[in-house]
Amino acid sequence: MADDAVRCDACPVLCYIKPGRTGSCDRYGNHDGKLVRLDPHVVLDRALECGGSVVPFLERSHDWDGTLVSHGETFVTAIGAGTTYPDYKPAPFIISSQVEGVDMVTVVTEGIFSYCGVKVKIDTDRHLGAECSTVRAQGETVGHVTTSEYGSQMLSLGGVRHLTGGSRHEGTATCDALLSLCNGKAVELEIDDGAKVTVQAGKPPIVDGVQEERMRVGCGSATIGMFAKQWFGKVDDVVVVDDHITGVLSEHQAGKLLGVAQTGIKLKGRRSTPGRYFQVAEPGTSWGGTNLDNPLTILGKFNSKKAWPGLRLLMVSTTGEHYAYFELDENLKPREQELPATLRESVARIKENCEPALCTVLFMGGAGGSLRAGVTENPVKLTHSVRDALTRVTCGGAPVYVWPGGGITFMVDVIRMPQNAFGYVPTPALVAPIEFTLKLADYAALGGYVENVRPLSAITGQQETRRRLSAHRENPWPLTRNEVGDKR
Amino acid sequence: MRTAWSPENYPEDKEPARSDFVVLSSAMNSRAQIAMLPDGRRLHLHDGPIDLIVEAFGSAPEVETAYRAACDRFVTVLDELCSELAYLRQACRPEQPWPDGAVARRMVAAVMPYTPQYFITPMAAVAGAVAEEILAAMVATAELSRAYVNDGGDIALHLNDGEKFTIGMVERPDRPSLFGKTAIAAHDPVRGIATSGWRGRSFSLGIADAVTVLADRAAAADAAATIIANAVDLPGHPSILRVPACELAPDSDLGDRPVTQAVGTLSNDEVEQALAAGARTAELLLRMGLVRAAAICLQGNTRVVGTVGGLKLVEGPEHERILLHA
Repeated sequence: MADDAVRCDACPVLCYIKPGRTGSCDRYGNHDGKLVRLDPHVVLDRALECGGSVVPFLERSHDWDGTLVSHGETFVTAIGAGTTYPDYKPAPFIISSQVEGVDMVTVVTEGIFSYCGVKVKIDTDRHLGAECSTVRAQGETVGHVTTSEYGSQMLSLGGVRHLTGGSRHEGTATCDALLSLCNGKAVELEIDDGAKVTVQAGKPPIVDGVQEERMRVGCGSATIGMFAKQWFGKVDDVVVVDDHITGVLSEHQAGKLLGVAQTGIKLKGRRSTPGRYFQVAEPGTSWGGTNLDNPLTILGKFNSKKAWPGLRLLMVSTTGEHYAYFELDENLKPREQELPATLRESVARIKENCEPALCTVLFMGGAGGSLRAGVTENPVKLTHSVRDALTRVTCGGAPVYVWPGGGITFMVDVIRMPQNAFGYVPTPALVAPIEFTLKLADYAALGGYVENVRPLSAITGQQETRRRLSAHRENPWPLTRNEVGDKR
Repeated sequence: MRTAWSPENYPEDKEPARSDFVVLSSAMNSRAQIAMLPDGRRLHLHDGPIDLIVEAFGSAPEVETAYRAACDRFVTVLDELCSELAYLRQACRPEQPWPDGAVARRMVAAVMPYTPQYFITPMAAVAGAVAEEILAAMVATAELSRAYVNDGGDIALHLNDGEKFTIGMVERPDRPSLFGKTAIAAHDPVRGIATSGWRGRSFSLGIADAVTVLADRAAAADAAATIIANAVDLPGHPSILRVPACELAPDSDLGDRPVTQAVGTLSNDEVEQALAAGARTAELLLRMGLVRAAAICLQGNTRVVGTVGGLKLVEGPEHERILLHA
């Protein structure tokens, strides 16, 4: 058979598995043409952080104990751990490990979050929709457009009202959208009286079918202001082409202050204030978000009283992706020339200062009564312990921001969590992993289930039911001792 | 390389029914995995695609005897099935010869009543048949008040006089939450429960999220759930994505039959129409004595056919839940 299906030989069923599918057991699958084991419970391995199987025992302060990953180097996440439902059970895994000689406990559970949602930041200057506009998924209301931020449009999705307050369809659509976004999948959202946008964590947004590449360095006018000094003396005039606000150096306040001479340049479009023009062209996907392929079409005739043959003109887009250099001929007609080396740097710098346009998805949830009861018999003490920084909260091993004020309401960047870390229940509510790490002594003091504490070896020995993952490179290691429990 | 657990290499110094994570099958390279679950009560048997959760109730020595019998029987089941796999993947015909294996015979017996009117292969009853076989091995060797073998939601039950089980039913296998529960008592004829639907592990020709069937035997329940789930359908509906089974799994017993991969949101009328089609089939099977009751779920709506043990549907989260497969 000539496709890239694989024959699984893990058992006598000998499933023939297509790419992206699993065999009849759901345990083995074809991932990019390779047979891989898909295990339910994720264990992060710090030693494998760099993707190798190196055992850095020489760098350890203590002797290598013969295992590949020693205590403190393996962190048990809550992904696939199970929940504490119906609320009074101890968390499914309460793991002890030694970190630099101190006994630490990590309470590992999956929380059912009825109060949860995602905050989505979409790097684009395009108008996606007015503030407070309804955001829909599968035609159902799942959230709204909230206050826009620098270079970005913001959406607030989910929350208890859409999950449980509306119709069953609304709840299901909201749950589906949240789950997909949190698990790093693409979701198509439609904004009332606005755009259709495809959002996927860590990927560029696709607005009305067009993929956003870069965040602009600023609008055309702002770009003039930022780079005027670098251009001064090297070129006679600069036009920064922008669908929103096109800037002209010689007319702009920044140019005036530097003493840039008038050049007799004439722009089409509507002049807003000196050196700032609206609507020079139609919106599009070319120069500065316009439909321009030839930037000269936005220029009128140079004023023969002010312009001179040999006048040097740079035209550039707000992302530096498009640029052209012209000199005026005897008839004051712009003739394209090669970009001089002295200007090349400034164009490169515009590009350098543009960040790639991304969608970012932060999961936000509140750990209420029931989840805390799986950690301790005295739930409020856990809240206090988190507040006092004695207990570190992580979400699938990723760092979280815990909101000040009451409760344990936190935000986490889903990109920093292992893949498919989220699940759901049809209540509907999201299921998210959550781990609490603290000193064993502190755990006992807050009324923890000390009798349920298990050594790490009891978990890591169960190779067949655990999935070992390398820790995310940018995440602080959840068991780093000086950041947990030492802040008294 | 396969070394199965046997009484000879049973670790004498361990007490299987008490401690956490005692692995009864400790031999290296063993394919089948046999272990007590952390609760120290339930036995987990795993081999290839077969995952069984077993629990027996009775005196400690009887439970241990039953678990040993379950393990003994279990370790050869997958090899027995695979030796006749090609045969078991073919559509059932009335005149076909009987297979050799005991589990395979249970499978064929369970699907035979549906041929030739319906397309069905013996594989439609494999989970229920395995559960039945293991339960039979346990009950034959030990005196148990109650026992169950749960094969991924297809469950075989044993009940002595006066005993009962409470069963929780799950609407969507990917979202474990109860939509209803029922009690099955010794005087009820039901000894088998099975659930089928397009969201489950097996392919379905229909669009039901879940069809849960109560029948006299687990294999019979398994086959009936498959047939009823296939009947819950809206043929030709544009928002149902169907893909030939062989494109997803080249060696599927369903060949190039289109299996359901996604179902868009349906109108209330459409849901009613599909549920009614399933209910008609379920009622037919009820009159034929093939099932005792069935609960059909589609997009949050449920239709119940038949009555056993006061099948009770609950709205929202259920707090007094007893899940056979927790």
